[in-house]
Amino acid sequence: MYIVVVGGGEVGYHLSKILLNDGHEVLILEQNPARCDWLAEELGGIIYRGDGCEAATLDCVGTGRADMLVAVTDGDEDNLISCQVAKHMFNVPRTIARIRNPNNEKIFRILGVDATVSSTDIILAHIEQELPLHPLVRLMKLKSGELEVVEIWIPPDSESIGKKLSSFHMPKGAAVLLVISKNKGIQIPSDDTVLEADDKLVTVMHTESEDSIRALLTGK
Amino acid sequence: MNAIIMGCGRVGAQLATMLDAEGHKITILDVEPFSFKKLPADFKGTAMVGNGLDYDSLKRAGIEEADVFISATPGDNRNVMACQIAKHIYNVPKVVCRIYDPIRADMYRELGLLTVSPTKVVAELLKEKVVG
Repeated sequence: MYIVVVGGGEVGYHLSKILLNDGHEVLILEQNPARCDWLAEELGGIIYRGDGCEAATLDCVGTGRADMLVAVTDGDEDNLISCQVAKHMFNVPRTIARIRNPNNEKIFRILGVDATVSSTDIILAHIEQELPLHPLVRLMKLKSGELEVVEIWIPPDSESIGKKLSSFHMPKGAAVLLVISKNKGIQIPSDDTVLEADDKLVTVMHTESEDSIRALLTGK
Repeated sequence: MNAIIMGCGRVGAQLATMLDAEGHKITILDVEPFSFKKLPADFKGTAMVGNGLDYDSLKRAGIEEADVFISATPGDNRNVMACQIAKHIYNVPKVVCRIYDPIRADMYRELGLLTVSPTKVVAELLKEKVVG
């Protein structure tokens, strides 16, 4: 694949290195001349100095034949505009943007960016996983960003303990996929599955029903 | 008319002053409070410190009730993104965007934004003065 990477910072550099090792054709757009020199020394002649939001620059590096454009500068607005120009002026089939403000995911999706990666969300999820006994851990977002997979912890004082999983009326579009229990290990839930203290429920749901489902299942 | 202007530079401040004098309700946003010194003493609108790319700042500025959103910061990308947020997230009826780069201005006009590209306009005015 031919992949244009916009932004030669730390993320751009390491990403490009991996993509090159995987055998892809990579071109990095970077504005800072000193950074360009350094990147060229490390990675070879795959750097072009220029603004990855400008149509003229993108044209110069053959964006018209690119299979993918990945915008990983540290400015959300620059990443958005890069992806939009790539899409609308060069018909790049797949555009991916790094975002820093997780709230921007929606506007990027509305405006046709194919995928976003929110470093803030990822760091947050890791920290949540490290915190002992956090009631809700976001494990992953599904493609459209509207659905997510989360892990819900049943605290030892929960009113839900001893109840059958089937007795909870889950909202539409939500389902418990797995019950990870201390005693019984991993179970695929059935109508007879009974909740125990410290169970972890791997659940798929709409992002906005997070709070109501957590409250429903943990009894709090 | 209830208008939000993002960016209190020369152009933003001038526009805010003009619209305010005509009796419109103006809220002007800038990240730098010092920039509000450009507004006249009798400015009746609201000057608010805030980033037009931040959803909380936009809500505080009253974007949900705004009739018009104008972005006039020095950054094309910032202007374009803020205008698209105003249009697509908050459904502001009229959104006007300053874009220096004429190529990007054309592209976003096609994508439904009202755009003004000072580069072309000013270059033509200067040329007129030179060649007459």
